[in-house]
Amino acid sequence: MAKKSIKDKTNRAKSGAKSRKTGHSMAKNSIKNKTAIVGIGVVNFSKNIGRSEWYTASQCIKLAADDAGVNIYDIDGMVKNIDDGPDPSYVQKGLGIDNLTYHSESHWGTSAMMNAVQAIASGAANYCVYYQPAHRASGPEKSISDYRVARETRDDSLDLIRYDFFSPFGLIGQTGYVGMTYQRYMYEFGVKPEQIGWIPVVESESAARNPNAIFFDKPITIKDYLNSRMVVNPMREYDVAPKVDGAIAIIITTTERARDLKHKPVIISSCAFGMAPEGQFHTSYTRDSITELPEMKNMARELFRIAGVSPKDIKAAMLDDTFIPYVPMQLEALGFCGRGEGAAFCEGGDRIRPGGELPINTDGGSFGQGKLDMTRIVEAVRQIRGTSTNQIDNADMILVASGAGGPADGLILRG
Amino acid sequence: MTVKYNADKRIPHPAKWAVLYRSSTPFWDGVKEKKLMLQRCKQCGTWLNPPRPMCPKCHSTESEWVASSGKGKIYSWVTYNEAPDPAFKTPYAVVLIELEEGPRLVSNLADITPEDIRIGMPVEVTFEDVAEDLTLPKFKKAG
Repeated sequence: MAKKSIKDKTNRAKSGAKSRKTGHSMAKNSIKNKTAIVGIGVVNFSKNIGRSEWYTASQCIKLAADDAGVNIYDIDGMVKNIDDGPDPSYVQKGLGIDNLTYHSESHWGTSAMMNAVQAIASGAANYCVYYQPAHRASGPEKSISDYRVARETRDDSLDLIRYDFFSPFGLIGQTGYVGMTYQRYMYEFGVKPEQIGWIPVVESESAARNPNAIFFDKPITIKDYLNSRMVVNPMREYDVAPKVDGAIAIIITTTERARDLKHKPVIISSCAFGMAPEGQFHTSYTRDSITELPEMKNMARELFRIAGVSPKDIKAAMLDDTFIPYVPMQLEALGFCGRGEGAAFCEGGDRIRPGGELPINTDGGSFGQGKLDMTRIVEAVRQIRGTSTNQIDNADMILVASGAGGPADGLILRG
Repeated sequence: MTVKYNADKRIPHPAKWAVLYRSSTPFWDGVKEKKLMLQRCKQCGTWLNPPRPMCPKCHSTESEWVASSGKGKIYSWVTYNEAPDPAFKTPYAVVLIELEEGPRLVSNLADITPEDIRIGMPVEVTFEDVAEDLTLPKFKKAG
């Protein structure tokens, strides 16, 4: 076979690495343990919240400030995801905050955490709030506005590849995109839906015990999973997290300040991003292998390096379960099991249940609560505080991973 | 399986969006002439797939478009049971083809039913006029 597309390369920015051209060290400054999460605010989730995102943004920030014991007027930093809710200028105005010395918007998963951590660690802000009001169940379809923007701007961005090379053939929507990867993953490793299905089963069990997880009053069985609607073969209805209306805010400050506040600080031991060559959101089909998550792998290497720990030190993991087939692939990329072993790891559910070897998404995940990425951070904080509705023992080190199938980000939080 | 489209002409086929991305124009111009064109770096020969302005290997902006043999294998596939767009009638399959030159393309199948789809199945390109002014490259059993 002739020359293939560009080979995935390993992360050159790891510790001790040097620039290929200049020989300069590419090791990075550490943010290890310098910042902490001190407050969480969650507006109850619903299928139709009946309020504006500005309203729920203000509401969740107030809840987070109250939870932290921080005066709202002391908040001087604001970060958010670009797609979700009103920008900091609206929210600042609504809350009556005089000045923001730091504000920024990030893109994928829970990547705005890095902005908050950097802002606090560098002293650009004292108390930074990360807010995510997202009314995805009742709000307008974001993908439709994508089409409109694409048509209007005629931009040459990589994102538009989907309109030129996927849509003409009917490959439309993320469920189909992920299905293509999942089909190949099943083929390469002999993975069965009977194995993958245990992830939603276990998450529905946790969701049934979490009052904010509105989608499951009682757990589903593996049979329910297998009988769920086949939307885009091989993706079932229960392979995709439902849409929900909700709003979450968290407050970050220095570890030093955190020690004087209301709760035991949840220390941000590590925060990292990951990208990889030939990446395209959920459709990195031109890579040599399409059945691994190299962004997640690169993120994990950086994440564990900064924290100075290894996967076996992690007591629970809050993974990106927007699409269930990405969960076993994350377990592999994050180093919790070997390549191709993720599905077997989840089979039967015992290893991923609360009390198991590596409990995952103990709040029910996005599958049980609806997709709102910041739920993972909130549940990690609750586990460390000891207030989860599915509390595990010795929850002193929790991993959070977001952005499966695209640019990845993650956290290691500790008590 | 031949993809069935909605007969209602007021519903635009999603391929009509396919003039947005400037880098892809040579691909769609090729399809009109029933050729499967791929972008390649002129300097180092790396396939630029999907198309792009610069070679990520040698950083040359000089590229050329060459016709593929159109032969390849099914690399992965999905079947839509629910229409994501009113232009399509379900069920229909979408495949990821690995061409013998290396690059992978998303496409449809011309003559293979979903039950018969196998990863690794050898296929070759065929051009289907799906509307008066629209041709799509699809794949059929190699033979």
